[in-house]
Amino acid sequence: MVQSICPYCAVGCGQRVYVKDEKVVQIEGDPDSPISRGRLCPKGSASEQLVNSPGRQTKVLYRAPRSTEWERLDLGTAVEMIADRFIETRRRTWQQNDSEGRLLRRTMGIASLGGATLDNEENYLIKKLFTAAGAVQVENQARI
Amino acid sequence: MANADCIVIQGSNMAECHPVGYQWVAEAKARGAKVIHVDPRFTRTSAVSDKHIPIRAGSDVVLLGALINYVISNDLWFKEYVGAYTNAATLVHDDYRDAEDLGGLFSGFDAGKGAYDTSSWGYAERGEGAIDEPGPGSEHGADATARAAGHSYGSGGPPLEHAEVQRDDSLQDPRTVFQIVKRHYARYTAEMVQDMCGISVADFEYLVRAITDNSGRDRTTCFAYAVGWTQHSLGAQFIRAAAILQLLLGNMGRPGGGIMALRGHASIQGSTDIPTLFNLLPGYLPMPSAGRHDSLDEYLATIGSKQQKGYWANADAYTISLLKAWWGEAANADNDWAYDYLPRLTGAHGTYETVMGMLDDEVEGYFLLGQNPAVGSAHGRMQRLAMAHLKWMVVRDLNLIESATWWKDGPEIESGELRTEDIETEVFFLPAATHVEKAGSFTQTQRLLQWRHKAVAPPGECQSELQFFFELGQRIREKLADSDDERDRPLLDLTWDYPTDKHGDPDPEAVLAEINGRHLDGPDAGAPLSAYTELRADGSTAAGCWIYTGVYADGVNHAANRKPGQEQGPAASEWGWAWPANRRILYNRASADPAGKPWSERKKYIWWDQDQGKWIGDDVPDFPVDRAPGSHPDPSVGGPEALSGDDPFIMQADGKGWLFAPKGLLDGPLPTHYEAQESPVANALYPQQQSPARLVFPRADNPSAPSAGTKGADIYPYVFTTYRLTEHHTAGGMSRWLPYLSELQPEMFCEVSPELATERGLEPYGWATIISPRSAIEAKVLVTDRMVPLKVGGHTVHQIGLPYHWGVGNNAVVSGDAANDLLGVTLDPNVQIQESKVASCDIRPGRRPRGEELLALVAEYRERAGVTMETGNAAVTNPSAEGVDPTLED
Repeated sequence: MVQSICPYCAVGCGQRVYVKDEKVVQIEGDPDSPISRGRLCPKGSASEQLVNSPGRQTKVLYRAPRSTEWERLDLGTAVEMIADRFIETRRRTWQQNDSEGRLLRRTMGIASLGGATLDNEENYLIKKLFTAAGAVQVENQARI
Repeated sequence: MANADCIVIQGSNMAECHPVGYQWVAEAKARGAKVIHVDPRFTRTSAVSDKHIPIRAGSDVVLLGALINYVISNDLWFKEYVGAYTNAATLVHDDYRDAEDLGGLFSGFDAGKGAYDTSSWGYAERGEGAIDEPGPGSEHGADATARAAGHSYGSGGPPLEHAEVQRDDSLQDPRTVFQIVKRHYARYTAEMVQDMCGISVADFEYLVRAITDNSGRDRTTCFAYAVGWTQHSLGAQFIRAAAILQLLLGNMGRPGGGIMALRGHASIQGSTDIPTLFNLLPGYLPMPSAGRHDSLDEYLATIGSKQQKGYWANADAYTISLLKAWWGEAANADNDWAYDYLPRLTGAHGTYETVMGMLDDEVEGYFLLGQNPAVGSAHGRMQRLAMAHLKWMVVRDLNLIESATWWKDGPEIESGELRTEDIETEVFFLPAATHVEKAGSFTQTQRLLQWRHKAVAPPGECQSELQFFFELGQRIREKLADSDDERDRPLLDLTWDYPTDKHGDPDPEAVLAEINGRHLDGPDAGAPLSAYTELRADGSTAAGCWIYTGVYADGVNHAANRKPGQEQGPAASEWGWAWPANRRILYNRASADPAGKPWSERKKYIWWDQDQGKWIGDDVPDFPVDRAPGSHPDPSVGGPEALSGDDPFIMQADGKGWLFAPKGLLDGPLPTHYEAQESPVANALYPQQQSPARLVFPRADNPSAPSAGTKGADIYPYVFTTYRLTEHHTAGGMSRWLPYLSELQPEMFCEVSPELATERGLEPYGWATIISPRSAIEAKVLVTDRMVPLKVGGHTVHQIGLPYHWGVGNNAVVSGDAANDLLGVTLDPNVQIQESKVASCDIRPGRRPRGEELLALVAEYRERAGVTMETGNAAVTNPSAEGVDPTLED
């Protein structure tokens, strides 16, 4: 059993995640949590299914331009292709200065949306990498 | 909230959307607290409240303003608290003109730019001037709006040049904040509430009595809100109005008081603190803007002045420590700590502007990280059509959400607007790890960081964002390693060397340690920092997010603190870690009177201990711990040292709670009622219909319905509001793929009153089509007397409730039309959040047409209503009705 936190709303209910043979078998409310005192709502109670849902995608998929179907791609190839596109778009859409000569040092060609469901540490790396790359259009649900 | 004597839930359906948090409301109620729910709909929250008060969506400022007026005119405000802890006594500059004087506008409105020059709202300075912002002076509202400047006040108020304010402690001078507030709300009466909100005088009196009877030395009232308050064209002002009321009643910084923001995602607070947001750097430091922040000196001069009070005066230390965390040795005194490695803003680059940038083919690549804008963002059609303009996109999610599959099964494929074979966009779908397949911290709605331990490894090719972005960064850096292009230096000099496990997964604790920060030289070099007060502006400290400094004090992950709640006191300080400094109630010095004694035994929390010479109590004091209650340092010394013993609001530039906001708000220093972008009701308070400073986007693909008093308003006669259900989560990416949850709430529906069902011939459990100027959707009809038609201004206003969880696609367990397709894009100018809690529509029985006929139906409605690109988009409703603004005379 490991202690965790519910991934849905921002109340932050404590969860106890039960593991058997490297598989999550049950998720329950954590009675030690001073916030939730062992309770979970329907979503939190269903979160075992979030992990083990039969419809969950565990493979990388790729849709080529004009294609009508997905195709399989291995993860390493996908990350390589994304890195290439990132660099290429960044190069093509780079803005060093504005019309008055002021520094901009950015690209308006790359954008990102998401983060409210992610960890602080993940948001930190996302913001750090995108900012260093000059991609300013980084947004998440907090705007919405 | 468990300590409150009265709880007002407004703009939130807490029992439905935060059900486990609601146990504390239930606990307060069981101890005798009064719970009142103010909401357009009778909901699960209403069902377990003492009273439900139905309100017309979007009219909240009328109600809150009337509460403020009642409290002032009946002398029910908390005099010692207000006099000492708020800016009630502070004098405002002579040039200020109120909305009362100018037909609904404040002084300084620039009709050409649709924004305010806010300089006339400043505090009066000794002599003739006004206390300005530090740096080059007052920023025009149009520019501040463009960088969503309001968002940078997430951890304290706007900066001031200095805090040497002029006061009249008798509160009699007409220029005092108190007198200005009193005049501003004088026409916000119970009768006005009846006319504009549809709330009876008796219900208003019940509410005001409950609040005022439960405020003061012995008792406290708490407000709770959610996106029912934020998602408006004046959303920030809804919350400001509650803040004014709570300050007048002395309910801030005290147990059972406050205004609780009930946020909707596990770490949406964390993703604001460590912002994946365009306008912020970690810890509410603004992203630099070209023209305003061209050099580090200019940047530092504008974000905090050394002459203002409180801890924002040390913003230089926070900024330079961040630059040291990101660029290490490459950030040094000679290159201004690599300040020029930061990209610059030139306008608003928020998610809606980005989508418009996609339509203009300016954006080529798009990452979606656990977010489903095809369903969850306003104007879904615009979202999807924009994605079809991208060259490439990366969707990282648990399931094949609609934002990943729109190119083959989205509504625009069905309507014929898009053809799969024509769409050039490359789509990468990368499976993500769930919350139990990675370790890390979430920050919940009360600023509490809680660590999750990893239970199992992610299956198949699923990865955490931490690993994906670490590897993406590594690959980009490898590919650029030989570059001598100066633009690549920020990437190549970036500190990006996290320890990994055998699967290449970076250690999240190492990232948390970097966020916390460390000493870089001296005897403690390498040691973690313990508090943000240790940060220095000389490059001797590094910290990735200053407000989180302390979470890793002594090298211990305090987010993982897990002393069981039953073994702790009510503050539960040893469970997780709350920013800042593990304080559980912010501004808690206000829980004691000016002399440092608790206001009452019943509400005792933090107090001054004369023998020990320090503040003590049940929480970490949110105040310089040894600053005596009676101390009055010279304000000109600036910074934390300038805080008087009765300045509890230590992140405010003058140490006081702001009834009137001389800086920071871009649409008015005081909350003022304006109607929504689309409303069937005319503003009875002012000739000005909508908020003049709201952000409108007059584009052919973003039409608005005509408002009351203009031709065509009757074509879209009803108000709709969107909302959530317990059994689903926002756009459904984490719920509509789960069989359990899909079974509990299987399909899209609309809630209508029996009267509206009769008026439009809607059959219970049959279909209805809802039409706005943007789109039409279908939903099953739920006829219920939970929806009450309201009498407003002599007319009946019908409201329709629409949950927004469903979307069109073939992959989820359940699908359906998306309510957000009905919405347009109009934004709050302070924070760039869209108005999605109120808009106009028509409703009729039957399913919506398919294919081209759907587009024809929507177009036919627009034509009948005479909708053009100008409709609803004028900044000033009736220029001849406004008064003369002296600030514009020359």
